[in-house]
Amino acid sequence: MSIEMFSDSDYAVIDSIISRYPRKRSAIMPLLHFVQSKAGYVTNEGIEMISSKLEIETAEVTAVSTFYTQYLKHPAGEYHVGVCINTLCAVMGGDAIWESVSEHLGIGNHEVTADGKVSLERIECNAACDYAPVVMANWEFYDNMTPQKTKDLVDGARNGNPPAPTRGPNKLPTFKENSRVLAGLDDGLAHEGVSAGEASLLGLKLSKEGK
Amino acid sequence: MLKPVLSANWDEKDSFTIDGYKRHGGYEAAKKALSMDADAVIQLVKDSGLRGRGGAGFPTGMKWGFIPQNDGKEHYLVVNADESEPGTCKDMPLLMANPHVLIEGMIIASYAIRAKHAFVYLRGEVAHVARRVNAAIADAYKAGYLGKNIFGTGNDLELTLHIGAGAYICGEETALLDSLEGFRGQPRLRPPFPAIAGLYARPTVVNNVESISAVPAIVANGADWYQQFGTEKSKGMTLYSLSGHVANPGQFEAPLGITLRQLLDMSGGMRAGHKLKFWTPGGSSTPMFTEEHLDVALDYEGVGAAGSMLGTKALQIFDETTCVVRAVLRWVEFYKHESCGKCTPCREGTWWLVQAMKDIETGKATEADLDKLLDLCDNILGRSFCALADGAVSPVASSVKHFRDEYIAHINNKGCPFDPVASTLFAGELA
Repeated sequence: MSIEMFSDSDYAVIDSIISRYPRKRSAIMPLLHFVQSKAGYVTNEGIEMISSKLEIETAEVTAVSTFYTQYLKHPAGEYHVGVCINTLCAVMGGDAIWESVSEHLGIGNHEVTADGKVSLERIECNAACDYAPVVMANWEFYDNMTPQKTKDLVDGARNGNPPAPTRGPNKLPTFKENSRVLAGLDDGLAHEGVSAGEASLLGLKLSKEGK
Repeated sequence: MLKPVLSANWDEKDSFTIDGYKRHGGYEAAKKALSMDADAVIQLVKDSGLRGRGGAGFPTGMKWGFIPQNDGKEHYLVVNADESEPGTCKDMPLLMANPHVLIEGMIIASYAIRAKHAFVYLRGEVAHVARRVNAAIADAYKAGYLGKNIFGTGNDLELTLHIGAGAYICGEETALLDSLEGFRGQPRLRPPFPAIAGLYARPTVVNNVESISAVPAIVANGADWYQQFGTEKSKGMTLYSLSGHVANPGQFEAPLGITLRQLLDMSGGMRAGHKLKFWTPGGSSTPMFTEEHLDVALDYEGVGAAGSMLGTKALQIFDETTCVVRAVLRWVEFYKHESCGKCTPCREGTWWLVQAMKDIETGKATEADLDKLLDLCDNILGRSFCALADGAVSPVASSVKHFRDEYIAHINNKGCPFDPVASTLFAGELA
């Protein structure tokens, strides 16, 4: 069975994803990311495709899809912007950033601007606390953020020219493009960006000063 | 006082490439290990004293030794790269700057436990880390270090990067295995432990990124070399992650047993004009400390004896501008959101914790509600399959212990007496 939104070359990718695992059901998560790379969210067609390829009920695919926060029930913006509101980032400015960017765009949590360009999410700790307050765009790091820098980020995104991530590729990929990366597919950008940010290198630097 | 090993070459601009890694002897340890007897590799890691760096501190070599050998079953190695514990930020920079050290550690570990297929379970919210790990795996395959007949030794190893999708619970090892099998990530009842029935019900070792990444240096330099660092029962060096209201946050690789005072002294102390109020030694799930704990040795025993846990060595530092009730409420909201819902005390208990904490923060509570909050904690702690709910209780119980007066002040004041703007990094800009 083939589902219209997926081409033959998509099915080749889908089969290659399934072949990574000793048991095919394990491919459900990368396949859900792959569906998001086509549609910007988890569509019914995507659920049917996975159900058919993995030979499990659609209800089981939906059960998995709805468990994980990153699988979206509605289309993300072309640029999905997450503001960390876990304790440390929130206290250091994340709450203020959230309030200001949400007001600036006139949208709330998991809402999308009318032009479809930017969606917002209140996100949990993203493992970059030494760069707090942290903002993620399409799951790329924007370190040491302020309300103004975050507004600049979303304004740039709406104009099709977002600033580059702090530790990431030279140009911010779209939500769909990065969903391919999360499906485990190579986009050729691994060599771009720094090896490590300044905070990551602080201990190393101090040790070279004899500490 | 610092001893960068894992982080030694992060300042080189190609540190994440296979050439950058090999320039510093990369993959020589794997060659050496594969020429040894597999049991001797396990013994070496046991002798080194390496303990798990993901939180629990279980001896790594002993975990490997639990895998039954000659049982005719497939064995699996699964690396936990889900790093989602609030405050924890060591594995992501490690994988971004040096993914090959993990791959080399996985080659050695897989050989030791006789696994032919290994997995990295990486959290899903870090696209560039995913790119780096994926590219490193591809380059290791091309070099003949992964796949069939690796290093020409006749051994095979497949390595699969599996990327999650935003569920903190998948950092719990049995939930991680369920997730990797293609199910909702919910913890399993133990026993059986993963060493007996793990991935696909086969013997499985689950180790943290930093634990496995420590192995190549141990193989290269020997157990005695590793043993000379650290303290009596906490051997070697580890990544300490300093964040929050400090002058200079960052990663510090040091022998186990360093103190927060030493780390603050060398890095520039608290942010200018402010003093330490409370801190977590190893993420939000570890009971909080105050300035009276500045000289606690940050090793497994030292932190344990002081009433908390070394955890992930995520040192989140908060100064006097921070409302502890607000901080804890936010953490409790996190645990409520991330509870998988399997166990009632966790699913319902974290919901009630949020209600009780919110009432205090917003001035709707009485002193009796504070007792109710602690009663809730008693009824949650130790009553679920996994430690998530216990983690939710930690910040609540420890903050009431250290800052009871501040809770009472919220009750008496009918609300929070703190100005949230003062604790931001851009207080002046907002004022």
